Amino acid sequence: MEFSLKGMLNPLLALQQAGKRPHTIQFPFEEKKVAERYRGLHFNDLEACIGCGTCSTICQNEAIDMVEINPGDSENAKPGDSGLRPRVDNGRCCWCALCVEVCPSGSLSLTTHYNYVSEDANSFLWTPGVSNPDGHKELSFVSDTSHSLLDYARVPMRELEGKERIKSFAEVVLGYADEEAKKEAARCIGCSICTEVCPVHMHIPEYISAIEHGNNEDAIRIIYDNNPIGETCGKVCTRRCEEVCPLGARGEAIAIRWLKRYATEKAENAEIIREIVNPDIKPPNGKKVGIIGAGPSGLTVAYYLALRGFDVTIYEAKAKAGGMIMYGIPKYRLPLDSLDKQVEYMQSVGVKIHFNTKVGEQISFTEIEKNHDAVFIGIGYEVPYTIGIDGENLENSIQAVNFLRDINADKHVDIGNRVAVIGGGNVAIDAARVSRRLGAEVTILYRRREEDMPADWEEIEGAKHEGVIIKTQAIPLNVVDDGSGRVKGIRYGNARMVTDEKGGRPRPELIEGDEHILELYTIIGAIGQEADYSFIPEDIKEKIGFKSGRIVTNEWQQTSVPHIFAGGDIVNRTADAISAVADGYKAVKGIEQFIFAK
Amino acid sequence: MREKETTLYLGPQHPGITGNMMVKLKVTGDTIVRAETHVGYLHRGFEKLMEVRNWMQVFPIVCRICVPEPDPNEENLARAIEILEGREVPERAQYIRVMVLELARLASYLLWFGGQSGSAGLYTMPQWSVGDRDYILDLFEELTGGRVYHMYIWAGGVRRDLPEGFADKVLRVMDYLEKRLKHYDNLMLDNSIFQKRAQGVGVIDREKALDWGIVGPPLRGCGFKHDVRIDDPYLVYDKLQFEVPTETGCDVWARALVRRREFEQSISIIRQIMEKMPGGEFYNKVPNPLHWKVPAGDVYVKTESARGEFGYYVVSDGSDKPRRVHVRGPAYVHGITLLEHLLQGANLADVSFIMNSLGTCPPEMER
Repeated sequence: MEFSLKGMLNPLLALQQAGKRPHTIQFPFEEKKVAERYRGLHFNDLEACIGCGTCSTICQNEAIDMVEINPGDSENAKPGDSGLRPRVDNGRCCWCALCVEVCPSGSLSLTTHYNYVSEDANSFLWTPGVSNPDGHKELSFVSDTSHSLLDYARVPMRELEGKERIKSFAEVVLGYADEEAKKEAARCIGCSICTEVCPVHMHIPEYISAIEHGNNEDAIRIIYDNNPIGETCGKVCTRRCEEVCPLGARGEAIAIRWLKRYATEKAENAEIIREIVNPDIKPPNGKKVGIIGAGPSGLTVAYYLALRGFDVTIYEAKAKAGGMIMYGIPKYRLPLDSLDKQVEYMQSVGVKIHFNTKVGEQISFTEIEKNHDAVFIGIGYEVPYTIGIDGENLENSIQAVNFLRDINADKHVDIGNRVAVIGGGNVAIDAARVSRRLGAEVTILYRRREEDMPADWEEIEGAKHEGVIIKTQAIPLNVVDDGSGRVKGIRYGNARMVTDEKGGRPRPELIEGDEHILELYTIIGAIGQEADYSFIPEDIKEKIGFKSGRIVTNEWQQTSVPHIFAGGDIVNRTADAISAVADGYKAVKGIEQFIFAK
Repeated sequence: MREKETTLYLGPQHPGITGNMMVKLKVTGDTIVRAETHVGYLHRGFEKLMEVRNWMQVFPIVCRICVPEPDPNEENLARAIEILEGREVPERAQYIRVMVLELARLASYLLWFGGQSGSAGLYTMPQWSVGDRDYILDLFEELTGGRVYHMYIWAGGVRRDLPEGFADKVLRVMDYLEKRLKHYDNLMLDNSIFQKRAQGVGVIDREKALDWGIVGPPLRGCGFKHDVRIDDPYLVYDKLQFEVPTETGCDVWARALVRRREFEQSISIIRQIMEKMPGGEFYNKVPNPLHWKVPAGDVYVKTESARGEFGYYVVSDGSDKPRRVHVRGPAYVHGITLLEHLLQGANLADVSFIMNSLGTCPPEMER
C-alpha cells in the first residue's frame, strides 16, 4: 500500500494526550492505597493462634514453617496450643492466601502492607505478628467462616427423643451411620493438637483418617494400640481432645468421641476384636503382677502387661469388672454388653480376674505382695463425701454413687416421685437422669452458676432435654424431717455470685432471708467421693506418700514403695476414665522397668 | 558467490514478551536464513510439581503458567476437576468467571498493543496501553486481592463474591477503554508506518494453518472462524451475543485487526455479563482441601485464551494429587515451530514484530 496523508497525520493526534495525568505512578510519589482484600504480607494474631500448623501444611511453596518465638515456648504452652507459630519465608511465598483460607482459628490474615525493603536477607523470614506487631491495623485478606475451605459444622448425632429416653435405660446416643462417620472424619485437619492433650495420647488423627477412608479395622487396631477400653471412651470420655480441637475455635470441634465409638462398635464381640486387633502376645516371662481393682487403670495395666508376657491377676471386690465405669455410669450412656465385650476380650489375651474378692477381706494385701513381683493399686474413689448439713442421715437421704451402683446392679431403689440432687458434676447429672428414668420429678441444686458446673455440657443439655430442673445458685441449708425420721424436704437459700478477691472463680454468697423449702421424697448427695485405703497395712501406708487423700507417685506411677504402683482416681485429680487409662499405660512401662531392673 | 552466514542471538529478553527465550538466527545481511528457538531459561517444571502437590495446592501453581493472562489456566484446572467430580458450579459463579476471563483477555490484548507497537519502534503505544491495563489490574486487585496472579477461579466456583459497587466500576472501565480505542487507532492501526510494517509480513500458509495446529488470532487472521467460546461453549458463553472476527490476510496486519475487533467484542461481552449476572451462591464448596480426593479419570478441557485454544489434559488416579496435568498452551506451536518457519526469509528488523504478532509466551512453552 501507499502512504496516505491521513495515515501520516493520524499519529500526531497523540499529542492531545500530552497533558494526561499518569494513572500508574504519581509524581511526587504517593503510596498506593490498596484494595480492601489485597493480599500483602502476613499478620498473625499470636493470642488467637494455637500453632496447629495447618497453614504450613497447605502451603504449596513450603514457605511456612512452625517455630518457637521464644525458646521453650512449646514446652510452656497451654493445653491445646503447640507453642509454635508460623514463620513465612517471603522469598518463597506467593501470597495465594491458602494459609488464610485453612486457618481454623482465623488468626492468620494478609495485610495491605506490600512494600518491604531490606538489605538483610534473613529479615525476609517473617514471623507474622512478631515482625509486624501493628499488623492488625492493616488487615485486608482475612479468614471468614462463611467462605473458609474448612467445614465448621459437625455432623449431628442422632439421639433418642427426651420422652422416649425417660421410659427406659436404652442408650440415648444412636451412633453414626457409615456415611455420617466418613463425613465427620473428613473435617479433620490432622493437626494432632488433640493427641497432645489426650492423657493417653491416643493416635487420634490416624484413626480418624482410617475412618474417613472406610478402614474401620485399621481404626480399631490404632485405638487398641494404647487404649484397651476404646469403646467405653467412645461413649463416655470426658474428651479434652474436643475442647482443644482447632475447629472448635470458630465452629464445632470434630466429634472425636463419637468417631471412636463408631469404629470400636464395628467389632461386635470379643472374638471379632481379637481377630481384628490380632495382638502380638509375647511368651510368658515368668513375672507376676497383682492388680487391685478392675477399673479402667487396672484393666489397662493388666491388658498391656498380659500382651508383654506377664502373669497378671486382678482382684476385684465386685461381681463385675469396670469399676466406676461399670457401677458409676448409667446404662443409657454405657450399655452393659459393651463393657462385657471389652472385658471378655482382655480375658481372652490372658488377663485373670478374681471377682468378689475384696482385698482385706477375702485376701490380704500382704499375701498379694508376697505372691507377685509388683502390685498395682487402682481402687478408685468410691466412698461418697457427705454434704455436711443437718438431717443428712434421715431415711431417704442417699448418696449418688451408692444409688447408681445399686441401679446398675439391678437392685430396686425407692426414690418416690420427687427427688433433689445436690451437686453439679457428672455424677450429679447421672443421678438426676437416672431418677427421671425411674419416674421422678428431679431438681438439681447447685451452689454456683451453670457455666461453673464441672459436668460435661452435653450431659447438662441431655438432662434438661429430659426434663430435669437445674436450680443454680442454691445453697442447701438443712434437710427437713417429716417427724418420723424421714426426709420431708430440703431447705435451701438463694445465693448471689461475688468476685473472689484472691482472683479465684466467683463464689456464691447466701442472700439473707431468701430461703425456700423444696418438698421431696428423696434427696441424693453428689458432691464428691474419696478412697477407702483401709486394706493397706499401716506400715506400708506410712511409707507411701499421701497428699490430700491421694497417693503420690512418680512419672511411672511408682509409689515410694518401689514394688507398689498406683493409678486412676486415687492418684490424679481429673477423676475420669481416660486419665485412669493413661495412668495404667504409664504404669505398664514403669512395672516393666522395675521388674527387669531388679 | 555465496554470501557469508552470520549467527545472531536474539533474546532471551524481548520487548513486549513475558518470559524468556532465545532465538538463534542465521543471517545473510539483513535476511534470516534459519531461525532456531531455544527455551530453557525459565526452568520451572510446573507440570511435574503438580504431581506432588494436592489438588488445592495446584491452583496457586497453574496461574503462574501464563503471566499476562493467568485466568484461563485457573479456569481449565477448575473445570477439569469439576467434570471429574461432577461438581455443579453455581450460575452466578459462571458469570463471574466469564467476566474474569474477558477482563483478562482485555488486559492481555492491552499488553499486546504495547508489545506489537513497541517492537515496530512505536514507543508511545506501550506507555498508553500498559497504563490503561492498570485500570483492569485495579479491578482484579479489588475482586481477587491480587493484581497479576489472581488465584480466584477454583473448583466449584470462585473464591469471593463481587465487592460492593464492583459492577459499576467494571462498566466505567469499559466505557473508558472504548473511548481509548479511537486513540489507539489513530496512533497505531491508522498509522501508515505501522500498516507498511505489518502488511505482507509474517504470512502464514493458509493451507497448512490447521495442520500445524495454529489457533486463536493467528488462525482467525487466516480466515478460519475458530473460537472455543463458539465451537464448544463453556460456562455461559452460549447465553451471550458476540461475533468472532476473522481476516484473510494471514499476516501480522490481519492478526492485529482480529485482536483489535475482538477487543470490542470483549467489552460487549462484559457489559452483557454485568447486565445478566444472577444473584445467589458463588461457590459450591469442595471437601476439606487437606484430604480432597478427585475420582479417577481423565479429561481434556479447553478455554479460549487471548492467544487461542488453551488446553489442559488432567488425569486423576483417585488420589489426593493429580497423576498428570498436561498443559497445552497455544504459544507452544506459535512460538516454536510456527515462529521458526515464519522467520525464514524474514527481515531481521521484523523478528520481534513477528514474535509479538503470534502471541509468543515462553512460560507456556516451559511448564
